[in-house]
Amino acid sequence: MSKVLLVGVDCSNCSNRAFEYAADRAEMSKAQLIVVHVIDWSPFSFNTPQENEERHRRREDELQRAHKEIIDPMVDDLREKGVFARGVIRHGHPAETLNEVAKEFGATNIIIGKTGSSRIKSQLFGSVANTLVQISKIPVTVVP
Amino acid sequence: MPRKIMGRCFAFAMILLSVSLPVFANDGVDARINEAVKPFADAVAGFIFSSFPLGGVQIPFVLVWLIFAATLFTLYFRFINIRAFKHGFQLVRGDYNDPMSAGEVTHFQALATALSGTVGLGNIAGVAVAVSLGGPGATFWMILAGLLGMSSKFVECTLGVKYRNEYTDGTVSGGPMYYLSKGLAERSPALKTLGKVLAVLFAVFCVGGSFGGGNMFQANQSFMQLVSVTGGEASWLADKGWLFGIVIAVLVGLVVIGGIQGIARVTSKIVPLMAVIYVSAGLVIIFMNLAEVPAALTAIVSGAFSAQGISGGVIGVLFQGFKRAAFSNEAGIGSAAIAHSAVKTNRPVTEGFVALYEPFIDTVVVCTITALVIIITGTWNPSVDPSQGVALTSAAFESSISWFPWVLTVAVVLFAFSTMISWSYYGLKAWTYLFGESMITDAVYKLLFLFFIVVGSSMQLGSVIDFSDAMIFAMAFPNILGIYFLLPVVRKELDDYWADYKAGNLRKFGKAANRD
Repeated sequence: MSKVLLVGVDCSNCSNRAFEYAADRAEMSKAQLIVVHVIDWSPFSFNTPQENEERHRRREDELQRAHKEIIDPMVDDLREKGVFARGVIRHGHPAETLNEVAKEFGATNIIIGKTGSSRIKSQLFGSVANTLVQISKIPVTVVP
Repeated sequence: MPRKIMGRCFAFAMILLSVSLPVFANDGVDARINEAVKPFADAVAGFIFSSFPLGGVQIPFVLVWLIFAATLFTLYFRFINIRAFKHGFQLVRGDYNDPMSAGEVTHFQALATALSGTVGLGNIAGVAVAVSLGGPGATFWMILAGLLGMSSKFVECTLGVKYRNEYTDGTVSGGPMYYLSKGLAERSPALKTLGKVLAVLFAVFCVGGSFGGGNMFQANQSFMQLVSVTGGEASWLADKGWLFGIVIAVLVGLVVIGGIQGIARVTSKIVPLMAVIYVSAGLVIIFMNLAEVPAALTAIVSGAFSAQGISGGVIGVLFQGFKRAAFSNEAGIGSAAIAHSAVKTNRPVTEGFVALYEPFIDTVVVCTITALVIIITGTWNPSVDPSQGVALTSAAFESSISWFPWVLTVAVVLFAFSTMISWSYYGLKAWTYLFGESMITDAVYKLLFLFFIVVGSSMQLGSVIDFSDAMIFAMAFPNILGIYFLLPVVRKELDDYWADYKAGNLRKFGKAANRD
């Protein structure tokens, strides 16, 4: 079984850098690369009845858009380079979900970008990178 | 394109409102609206609350209908309200949430949405009315009605999910209209017509209820509180109910016609916070007066069985408690089934377990806290004018926390607003069930809804309360009658599921899986 790396991507520039970094690593070490995009979502939110009614459809739309605009181009790009790649899209808390997916695929390293938010903002609301570093049982590489 | 049309409808609504403004400009507008609507409201209330005398009190048949059903459901499902209480909590907590369905409507979300439609003025104003008319003993019956009501909600919401419509575009729609028509037809071809008739009746009453308790009562009570907090009779606002109504109507219009979901979304986030603040303030007052709690509890229990100075004696007390509980938690009314049916599950009965928490939180917890605050602070008083509603609760909180009426005013207005948003949705679902879905039918309903907000805030409480109660309670007739035919369906769902649950065949996920 070859090595499995996991990269978390959204559509910001920093995660593009993380993606390139992860792609290089995977290419060099002949590792499998799981490209993960998490759509921020909480099972404990308060919604209007209208939102609930349309939730299922919205979810499909969100998944489709994430595939088309984010994950599929990245996975195609990797496959062209000869990297064994796989795309995963999930709803959930970004850091926790990345951690879950990493466990699920037996990843040995999680690579993510910094969100680039200010210090005060990340102090107040936490950041995906900070949380992930705290909860992950495997090394986390944060690409600036 | 639809947005554009909605925009036009909205513009039209605004024109309508501004054209009607000059009419409102005269003095005594409120009085005139009241005069025009009162006879009709009184007639409707009189019909729905047809009563029979018992122990010297007139007992409305609909209350017997509700309590009988709730008791029967509790027995038929062998105390499901107690039996499934723990499992319901596990479901709400998300123990059984499949990560693969993340992003769908969870049990928690369905419950929270349904609750935001019921927690509100019923818990604040209704309880005050019950305690002032029925004495502390009314609280006892209110709690009992809440506990029994849990079983009614269980049945309704299970059926709501089981017979919901899932459309090809991925939206879902459910509620008594669907389980009455589809469910009864499925039971037997002979029941098909009855099912259809009950569904239509339910939808008609639901539209009425959305204008009454889900709208006018809310507008009316929040306006009253606003007036009382700004100086009562002397307040600049005192005779400007119509103005308040127009402001609220514009805001509601922005959401339901303008499609500005942002306002609704913000409200749906602030309302739970207000509920927490309200409950916390209540608990603070209870703890501040801890020494009085035993006396209050004694008054609640003894008052429940020996009613001195209460009109109608024990029956009168019971009546007040049951009535306000039913109005507050809407168990047996059918409205919650509409809100609950959007949940993601392939076992309808799970949503029934979750729905148990609705009357529990609404009545057993929140209403009891309100009642305790009123009793402990001694603000209740049989001679208090029952039409005071919110004002009485406000005074009770004020006697311990002087600035609380202001917070309460904000809470009341927000609760009213979110209840209106919920009920406009319930009403619209019923309306489109009756008239079909189209831009025009939608717009007609929404304009009527806005119009009733203005009417409600201009009327006097007595007729508003009677009319609101009447329309909401009317929904219980077709709803419960139909449910009686569908009980075996729910029983089967329950037994199948319960066997799986007891045998440990249901899969838990995440942290919950590791707990076992």
